[in-house]
Amino acid sequence: MNPLLPVLLVFPLVGALVMHPLRDSPRAAKQVAIGTALVQLALAVVAWSAYSVPAAAAGVRFQLRFVVEWIPAFGTQFALGIDGIALVMIVLTTFLVPILMLFSWEERLPEGRTASGFFALLLATEATLMGVFMATDVFLFYVFFEAMLIPMYFLIGRFGGPRRQYAAVKFFLYSLFGGLIMLASLIGLYVVSAQYLPAGGTFDWAALRTIVPLIPESTQIWLFLGFFLAFAIKAPLVPLHTWLPDAGAEAPIGAGVLLVGVLDKVGTFGFLRYCLPLFPLASVRLAPLVLVLSVIGVLYGALLAVGQKDLSRFVAYTSIAHFGFIALGIFAFSTQAFAGSVLYMVNHGLSTGMLFVMVGLLAARGGSRMITDYGGVSKLAPMLAGCFLLAGLSSLALPGTNSFVSEFLVLVGSYPREPVYTILATVGIIFAALYVLWVYQQTMQGPVRGRAVLAALERSPAGGPGTMIDPAIAASRARSGFPDLCAREIAVLVPLIVAIIVLGFFPGPVLDVVNPSVAATMTEVGLTDPVGGLPR
Amino acid sequence: MIYVAQVEQVSAPPIDWGAMAPLLVVLGAACVAVLVEAFLPRHQRWPVQVGLSIAALGLAGLTLGLYTGSEPAGMTTIGGALTVDQPTLFLWGTLLALGLGSVLLIADRSVEPGGAFVASAASRAAAGGPGDLTYAPTDPDRSYGSPDQAPTMQTEVFPFTLFALGGMMTFVAANDLLTMFIALEVLSLPLYLMCGLARRRRLLSQEAAVKYFLLGAFASAFFLYGLALIYGFAGSVRLTDIAIASAGSARSDTLLFAGFALLVVGLLFKGSVGPFHTWTPDVYQGAPTPVTAFMGACTKVAAFGAILRVLHVAFGLTRWEWRGVLWAVAIVSMVIGAVLGLTQTDIKRMVAYSSIAHAGFLLIGAMAITPQGVSATLFYLLAYGFTTLAVFAVISLVRTADGEATHLSQWAGLGKRSPLTAGTMAFLLLALAGIPLTSGFTAKFAVFAAGIADGMAPLVVIALVASAVAAFFYLRVIVLMYFSEPAADGPTVTVPGAFTTAAITLGVLLTLLLGIVPSLALDWASGGGFVG
Repeated sequence: MNPLLPVLLVFPLVGALVMHPLRDSPRAAKQVAIGTALVQLALAVVAWSAYSVPAAAAGVRFQLRFVVEWIPAFGTQFALGIDGIALVMIVLTTFLVPILMLFSWEERLPEGRTASGFFALLLATEATLMGVFMATDVFLFYVFFEAMLIPMYFLIGRFGGPRRQYAAVKFFLYSLFGGLIMLASLIGLYVVSAQYLPAGGTFDWAALRTIVPLIPESTQIWLFLGFFLAFAIKAPLVPLHTWLPDAGAEAPIGAGVLLVGVLDKVGTFGFLRYCLPLFPLASVRLAPLVLVLSVIGVLYGALLAVGQKDLSRFVAYTSIAHFGFIALGIFAFSTQAFAGSVLYMVNHGLSTGMLFVMVGLLAARGGSRMITDYGGVSKLAPMLAGCFLLAGLSSLALPGTNSFVSEFLVLVGSYPREPVYTILATVGIIFAALYVLWVYQQTMQGPVRGRAVLAALERSPAGGPGTMIDPAIAASRARSGFPDLCAREIAVLVPLIVAIIVLGFFPGPVLDVVNPSVAATMTEVGLTDPVGGLPR
Repeated sequence: MIYVAQVEQVSAPPIDWGAMAPLLVVLGAACVAVLVEAFLPRHQRWPVQVGLSIAALGLAGLTLGLYTGSEPAGMTTIGGALTVDQPTLFLWGTLLALGLGSVLLIADRSVEPGGAFVASAASRAAAGGPGDLTYAPTDPDRSYGSPDQAPTMQTEVFPFTLFALGGMMTFVAANDLLTMFIALEVLSLPLYLMCGLARRRRLLSQEAAVKYFLLGAFASAFFLYGLALIYGFAGSVRLTDIAIASAGSARSDTLLFAGFALLVVGLLFKGSVGPFHTWTPDVYQGAPTPVTAFMGACTKVAAFGAILRVLHVAFGLTRWEWRGVLWAVAIVSMVIGAVLGLTQTDIKRMVAYSSIAHAGFLLIGAMAITPQGVSATLFYLLAYGFTTLAVFAVISLVRTADGEATHLSQWAGLGKRSPLTAGTMAFLLLALAGIPLTSGFTAKFAVFAAGIADGMAPLVVIALVASAVAAFFYLRVIVLMYFSEPAADGPTVTVPGAFTTAAITLGVLLTLLLGIVPSLALDWASGGGFVG
């Protein structure tokens, strides 16, 4: 009974509640919020150091466990525990939240909304995410899975862009629908478990694992489909993805990063934790279906990304392509591909998070998210343009950035079993280079142009179009209409850049933590590696 | 000698006073309340009636608690007319608690000065309303009693409530169909009257009362006809005898199932299960909101308590014959509730359609002829009752000068205007939508688990899809409250008095507790099965 995980779960919630008495002093609220998030990060680091990789390699599935009785009538417990995959996701979440808070420090909120409300919702989202990754009881997981929607719904609906109501409701209904279908499977699983277990039905993950070999394949397929639908909506696979561009575009950037960077990973996390180990026969049988959807996602997401006019939607569509890669790695069934997918989940959170942040920084200057409203920004704000390029390169998986390692692992791990799908997905990488570089070229390169840029310069006293001053010189002056990064913004970006570069060269620490859990998942699926083994 | 033998035959059956005490207290208090109405001067009635009602419900609850505390075995009493078993005790407890909440709402005079009730249009005129030519009081609502006293309200509603509640308690405990029918009438007649008592929007209220009465009378007739047919088949109105007759009888099943169909129509009508729901939106909308709360919570409990007992005790053995039909009914109810709920613009009608969808969910639990089916349905009733009670209590707070602001557009921007009210409402709506950590989720889970375990997986999937559709209209209210800008001439939120505050607190607290730590209530609900 290690109290660390419950503390990780409750601490941000307490922080969120503290926001209420502080609602009239935004500054204090922000300080308390970011303090909470930083302490939470420290707690996550403690969890990382407390997590024992040798023990995991020796077969301990979950560590730092905390179990108390909850609703015996439903066979459910309040059971927390983490494996390597959950651990890295928890650390990713706690790493991103303070950065996002710093980013949102001076966010212009819609009228009548308070900063304390925004930060409280961010912390509440963080708490529910902790719960989702920690739960080792399927029922408890479901509770957090649904509860997670509520703070995010309010984040989008209250603090988002002009079409926020539509986006928030669409997001909520898509997720709720998937969740309810999963609930049917969940209950079905419970009823099935009651048939096989002498002590009655249970939701305990480990106990369910013991009866998995007894469940016939047809039953598994039905149960699998319910879970799969929920997760495929969450980590949007292609026919179910349409909510993401709306939600991603309308969400305030701080929430958008959390949504795309972490919340959607619950879907792929769910594939690895629930779909594969609990329904191995169904997973193998239905893998071709998922693989087709993933490859379509890779290609279709990339193509649509090329065609986007709105920067936020562009990032959302690149994410859909990335989710295709992650799903490909998961349903290719090899430890290398699994490890690659988990690493991809982390890296995508970092690179897409940074890309979103860059979009936010641009929009904060120009007041628009349209690609055509910007041009030649690198002449006005070279640091901003450089960071944008780095985020883009990380997103297209340039060697030396973090995403390269994970994408490579996914492709290498998938190839022996699924050569056709892997080759098709590889084509997506070319598209990725196309869309990233194109957007970079349109917005950052060339002469200073674009409505938003010109308008911003015109508003400023430092000079702009119509004056004799060169825009680039004007931008370098004080009080420019289009200033380069300020100290706070640099502080936001530095941790992300460091993480992107470091993980590009030394993915080892993350892989070491992930590998034993990935190997365990492989055993649970009941297949053996086609070739090779764990990445080192 | 013959005379003596006859005397022995009609000798009074043994009565277990302890078991029946809660019921007797409520019905006795109802009679006393009628006397109070007759003998006390007007200005004294309100305090006395309120005190009497609350004391009666408290005393009934106390006797129920004492009796339950002695861990009794289920048994029948008064010659087998009533059954006091574990489900009865649970339902009685639920009804008493919900009744207490409703009485608090009904008694409240702070939200609507003088209370939400008048006895007739004439009293409305006497109270200073339009059409008043002879008497012009200084304070429009101060028409009774001496001028220095607080405004009074019509107090007939208290005996009505107690009678209806007594009828409901009898309804869920009835062990034969005749007792059930009488209880049905005892609970229905006061409800018809209560619907027509609204102080504002008189025509809507009276229309609702007439509609409810006419349709209710039809439903009673259906019930009675069904009863007659079943008596023709089984030769008895006792539920257990019907079960025995249905298990092994050479007689044609036609009578049994024709009777069953008619009987169930009567019951489904009371539970506002679609397609027998048509009265629900009009009555929910027209009735004074405290009465709507009482109906929405308590009538649902009573109707489904009776449906459970009839299906389990009398027709449990023939479940394979009728289940297909009730599947269809449940689907129709869920679809009507979820889809037509989307088109509503009046919040009370919207909640009415939501209650129709919930009735469909409840029917799934009631159809599962297993111990889990019983306990899940009982738990659902408890959870749903308190959420509904609190929802209507909150609705009664949002007002304009003309009374309650029930049009959805008037709720725009409430989150800014009154964060606490909007937050409470949002929480309750999420509970109705069945989001985890609210009672709505645990209840739905329990019912659906029982349904799947008893072989109704496709029905449960349909129910979950219906929940997703229904979630849209709950969300719409949340969107309006939080994401829209308030209208300039929007409604104000009345600061509720102690009574309404207590009712809302009770509802919200239970909605939360049953969502997070439902074990205690689940254990009570699964304490034992029906005894016939």
